[in-house]
Parts: sequence; structure tokens; C-alpha cells
Amino acid sequence: MSALPAYATTGQRIWYYSFRVICGLIFFFLIAPIVVIIPLSFNAENFFTFTPEMLSLDPAGFSTKHYQDFFTSSDWQLALRNSLKIAPVATFLSVSLGTLAAIGLSQSHVPFRRAIMAILISPMIVPLIISATGMYFFYSNPYIPTPFGRIDLPFTLTGTYWGVVLAHAALGIPFVIITVTATLVGFDQSLTRAAANMGANPVTTFFRVQMPLILPGVVSGGLFAFITSFDEVVVVLFVGSAGQKTLPWQMFTGLREQISPTILAVATILIAVSVVLLIVVEMLRRRSERLRGLSPA
Amino acid sequence: MTLVLAADGRPLKASLNRALRRQKLRALMLIAPLLIFILVSFVMPIADMLFRSVENEIVVETLPRTVATLDGWDSESGQAPDEDVFTALYFDMVLATEYKTHTRLGSRLNYEMTGISSLFRKSGRGVGRFDTDTYTDAIQAADPAYADPAQWAAWMADDTVRAALPMTANTYDAWAAMIIETEEDVPAEEVPWNFVFTSLYLEVTEGAEPPVALDLSGVPLVSLRDQFADVDEDWLDPEVWQVVKIYSPEYTNGYFLNSVDRFKGAEGAEVRPENEQIYITLFIRTMIMSGSIMGMCVLLGYPIAWLLANLPARKANLLMILVLLPFWTSLLVRTSAWKVLLQQQGVINDTLVWYHSTWFGQLLDPVFMGLLNICYAFVNVITWVWNVINGIWGGTDGLYMDWAVAGFERLALINNQTGTIIAMTHILLPFMILPLFSVMKTIPISYLRAAKSLGATNWTAFWRVYFPQSVPGIGAGCILVFILSIGYYITPELVGGTKGVFISNRIAYHISSSLNWGLAAALGTILLVIVMGLYWMYDKIVGIDNVKLGG
Repeated sequence: MSALPAYATTGQRIWYYSFRVICGLIFFFLIAPIVVIIPLSFNAENFFTFTPEMLSLDPAGFSTKHYQDFFTSSDWQLALRNSLKIAPVATFLSVSLGTLAAIGLSQSHVPFRRAIMAILISPMIVPLIISATGMYFFYSNPYIPTPFGRIDLPFTLTGTYWGVVLAHAALGIPFVIITVTATLVGFDQSLTRAAANMGANPVTTFFRVQMPLILPGVVSGGLFAFITSFDEVVVVLFVGSAGQKTLPWQMFTGLREQISPTILAVATILIAVSVVLLIVVEMLRRRSERLRGLSPA
Repeated sequence: MTLVLAADGRPLKASLNRALRRQKLRALMLIAPLLIFILVSFVMPIADMLFRSVENEIVVETLPRTVATLDGWDSESGQAPDEDVFTALYFDMVLATEYKTHTRLGSRLNYEMTGISSLFRKSGRGVGRFDTDTYTDAIQAADPAYADPAQWAAWMADDTVRAALPMTANTYDAWAAMIIETEEDVPAEEVPWNFVFTSLYLEVTEGAEPPVALDLSGVPLVSLRDQFADVDEDWLDPEVWQVVKIYSPEYTNGYFLNSVDRFKGAEGAEVRPENEQIYITLFIRTMIMSGSIMGMCVLLGYPIAWLLANLPARKANLLMILVLLPFWTSLLVRTSAWKVLLQQQGVINDTLVWYHSTWFGQLLDPVFMGLLNICYAFVNVITWVWNVINGIWGGTDGLYMDWAVAGFERLALINNQTGTIIAMTHILLPFMILPLFSVMKTIPISYLRAAKSLGATNWTAFWRVYFPQSVPGIGAGCILVFILSIGYYITPELVGGTKGVFISNRIAYHISSSLNWGLAAALGTILLVIVMGLYWMYDKIVGIDNVKLGG
């Protein structure tokens, strides 16, 4: 919306400013709930609201005891460790497989391209509760369907580390596919031909020519996959057991059973993490646009 | 026509085709690992869920003989089946009790008729104490050869004996398999159990030729029908047998009927009594609440997208962060924020109380109450429309928004539908703003100026020129928000209380609490079909290739 012209009528002026106020209120609605968490997490009392001491900015009203609780409680530390053990491995799986497939999908002649794309994107579209239900059934008793009947596999995946990793990797794949294919749209295929022309084999071409150019897309896809796994609670609730309790799971049970202010401290830490991720993704996006010769923003 | 040849002497056309084929193959080879991975880790689980929503092998697997003989029973007769069926049930029950599968079957059939679970558990305990040991004693007294395990094994390996005593051979085989599997004993070293002697007795009294002649004329028949009736009178209830008969096929649509508040009666689908109807209401409520969330997102997202699309790039990028930060923040963080804010003693209610205590609060109170009353009237209209729709569907659970339960001082904002709608609108708003923004970016603002210079008012220029061009963005955003919201589980579970939950919460309940997995699978399948329909629409309107993430 361009600035108000000098010849605007009173009605236009009123509308111009009230529109800004409305937008301001909506932005407030978007951001305030997240921001309000941060000061509340430094509450010295076990309340979920601002105490009179906090409102008068009395230092006695603030403390870091909820953070101390987070860093000393074995439950929370176990949950944090589990999250950090599951998310990177799931991310690695989805990024490595997803990047290869995205390169395959971006070639000019791919049979059944639409159908394959639809299958690969489906984990993002299918509601999590349905994925969780299906995975709970199938992972607890995996089998190979054959025309002659099913062959039951002699192991179970529910309640195991690899079961959760597998499930999370599947959920992260659509994000990798989407970001990497979007990056590959601007990729000049003649560069690979030029490399091949100069004697590079396909592997060298991939790592020395293609990979550096699509790296921003791969990394931001990886970040999406990471945050999907790190933030995921429904599937892990069904597929995992107490040994795989992740940070969101611990928060979920905390919120459902007895809500403790430690959750606010954890939430603040997670907000900080997402701010960092947001900055990284934005920088990558701009870098990718610059590399591809598109104008920034 | 001259044939154009490639460098290696092949026809150019064939050579090109070969190159193309190689290219296709290479592309497929790159995609294959991921495709297999997704098929195994994601598509097969979904297929398994679809399968489970109709699968019903448990009845025929646990009670194979009963199901076979029950074919001859007329369910219209109003009588429990006769002795034959109870004999078959006796064999099946003894085996099922040993395999410990009878309780599973009991809980499966209990979903269809309450009380069957305890009936099966009771009968499992009672079936070992039946009076059929009189047969065993009588037969072994008549000829000691029948007390010799090795002799039994030898007979049962002999084809002429098997042909003369088919039922005994069948029960002996089942017994032997069971002995090997559950007790890890050798059948040739164990005397068969009472039920094998029961089948021998029944066949001999009917005139079959035993391997060693037996005179059983003095041994009275033990009615298994009476034995079962002694354990539990319910076995003589024809309705129990009707349930067994209706659920005896390997596949059933019973779970689907249950998920639309019907049940499988003798003459097909029947409507459940009104006080047991929950699912259709829940589906409609999920739809209406997702619709309200979608509407709220359009209302709040449209101005923001407009502002972002038409501001200078630097300012727009800065404001975009305010949209992207919630998008990147953990779902649990946002839900806990709302849980904290909306509480009875939470920040919003505390602010309201404080506001009422200030002088301008007192002064503006009438205004505030007026506004709240307008909101309340608006909500009442929605409630009325909802209840009319609900009345048509025959549901009993009305939508209500208890804004002002605690008076105007403290609002009940959590553990009801208000809580779910507020929190989910906040969570899904970025999914509306981002597609809207990317569409609005492509609409030249000069069209508006052109319209105005041709004499259109501000409103006409917007409504007739700008708005129609932004409709694809609204469509994309609406479908995205709707798809995401009808499958939501976490937020309704935490802030929705009992009235603000969705169909997903019911699915989760059936998986983890009531353990009625088939019903959970059927509800999931219905939800999946709805979502897939919307996905197809989204693909038609936007194209899945055009899904963008984070601006």
C-alpha cells in the first residue's frame, strides 16, 4: 500500500489509518501469544500470569528457577536427549533420499511424474492422526504382502528408536522434495553437460557442480525436515514408547496432566531455536535467489 | 526416403529412443530408493489401516467349527441354536481357551453387544469343568487301549480310522497341534483330552466304526447346550448368536456402520438409538469448526496479505518476519501459550479484570458490554443455525459458545469450542497468509488505479477488479487451512475440553483407551477420504508442484 497521497479525501484518510490499526491488531494477535511467554517464563512464582512484583519490574519477581528445573530434571533432560538423537538421524535419511529423488524428478523425461510426486508429498497432506494410526498398526506387526498371503516379519518397530526415526523421516520427506525441486527449477542443466563435456564423471559432476548450487535448497529442506521431527508429537506418541519420549511429548503430557511453569521455560528456549532457524532459512533463501540470478525479494 | 544414421551406424531414431530410455531409467533409478522408502514407511501403514477397517477374521479364526455349523441356524427363529452348534462351540472354546484367544474375541464382539466379553471370559473358565469327562472314563473303562497315547497316535495316522471317524480325527489333529504349540509336549505321549473323547462318543453313538469295538449304549448323553447354559444363561439368548453370526464373515462393513451411528442388525444397517449417536455429530462439528477456523483465517489473513503485497519490499520483509515467526515456532509452544493465556486465571482474564477496575474501564464498560452483546447475538445466530442442521441429522450434542459463563468479568475461553477456534486460527493463520500473499504479489496495483481513473469508487475497484484476481489465493489458502484443521489432534486435545474436540481425538481415544482398533481405522478411513477429496481439489486449483514453504 503506497503512502497516502496529498489529495486523499477525509474518508480515505480515515480508512487508511483504520486499516493500519486493523493490521496492527492482527499482527499483535499473531505475535503477542509467543512474546508473552518469554517474560512469564522468568516468573518467580508458580503462576501463569504476571504477578504484581513483575508488573512493577521488581527484581524479586523474576527468577530463572524454571530454567534450572529444566536443566536439572531428569525427565526433561531425557526428553531433550531423545529429541536430539531422533531428529538428526531422521533428517539425514530424508535429506539424502529426498535430494536424490528430487534430482531424478527434475529430469525432463520422467514417466508417471505426477503420480510419483503425489505419493511423495502425501505424508504432508494426510492428517498426522491417520499416519500415526496406520504406523501404529503396521509397525507393531510389519509384514510383506504377496499375492499368496502375507509374510510376517519377525520383529516389531513400535516402541523402538528406529521405528520413530523411520516414521519421522517419512514425515520430513515432502519438505525436502518441495524445497529441492523448487531450487532445481532454476538450475541450468547445461552446466552438468558442460562438466561432462570436460571429462567429469556423474559423481564428480554431482558433488562439484550441482550440489554447491542447490545446497541452499537442500539445507532449508533439511531444516524443515529437522523441525518437523523435532516438533512432532502425534506419531511419536503412538509409535514410540516411554524410552523414546521426546521434548514435545513431555510438553504434551505436561500440558494435559499437571501444567508446570517449566513448560514456559522450555517454550522460551524453543522460541529462541525457531528464531535462529528462521534467520538461517531466510538467509539461505536470499542466497539461493542470488545464485540463481533472481532479484532478491 | 533416406534413413538418417547416427555416428555408430544405427538409425538415428532408434539411437534417440535408446538415449531417451536410458535417461528415463536413470531418473527412475534416482527416485526408486525414496519411493520404496515411502512405500514401506508410509503407504503400507495407510493401506494396513484401510485393510483393518473391514478386516474381521478373528471370529472365524477363533471359532471355525462354530461358524461353519452356525450356517444352518435360522436367526429369525427366536431360539438359540441346537446341540450341534454347541458341540462345535465346545471344541472351539477349549482350543481358544488354551491359545488364550477367547478373551480377544470376547472384547471384539463386546463392541457390538455389551456383555459378550464377560460371557466369553466366564465360559473360558467353565469349559474345562464340563461333565464330558464321563465320556473319557466310560470309553477308557470299555477298552484300555483308549487310554494309551501311542495307540491313539497310531490310529490317527491310519487312513481307514480317519475315514471312519472324521470328526474325531479333526479334533485330535487340533488337539495335537495345540499340545505341541502351547504345552510343548509330544502328542504321542499324552492321553487326548475330554473333547476328543466327546467327538469319539458322538460319532460312535451315531453308528461309526471305532478301531476297537466299543459298547457305549449305557453312557448317557451330556447336553453341551445345558452345560453352556449352566455357565451362563446368555448362551441361550438368540441375540448373542445373532451377533456371532453377523460378524462371522472375514470382512465386515460393521466398523463403517458404527462410525456413522448405525449398527449391523439382522436385516442390514439399523440406526442406533439416539443416546448412542455421536459420530455424525462429531463429523459435522469437526467440519463446522474447521469451516469457522477457515473463515477466521480469511478474515484476518486477507488484510495482512494485502498489506504485505503492497508495501515497499524492505518494510514488507520486516513485517513478514511477524508472520514467519509463528510459522516456525513449535506447535506445542503456541498451544501452551494459548493454554496459559486463555485460562480462567490467565493473562487475558487478568487484563480484563484490571481493565474493569480502572476509571476508563468503568467509563467504557457500557461500550464493551455492548460489543460483547453484539458478539453474543452473532454467536447465538450461528448456534441456532447449527442446531437446526443438527436437528435434521438427529444429533443431540449442540454447539454452544459459553462466552460469558463467569459473568463479564472472567470469560470461559478454554476447554470449549471458543478455545479451540482461537488457538487454531492463530496456528493456521500463516498457512492462509502465505499463499494469499504469493497470489497478491502477482496482481499489479495499477489495475486498481486504472479502475479508479475510469470512475470506479474505491469499493467497486476493489470488489470488481482486485478481489476476483485474488480468489485463487483465497481458494488455495482455504483448502490448505481446512485440510490441516480437520485432522488436528494436539490443539483440540489440550484446549478443547469435551465440547471442542475433533474426530481425530475420537480416533486417538479408540486406539489408546477403548482399544477398538477397527472402529478407529474406519473413522480414519472416512477422514482420509475427505482429506483426499480436498487434496484432489487443491491439486486441480493450485497444483501440488506449486506448494511453497515460507514465502
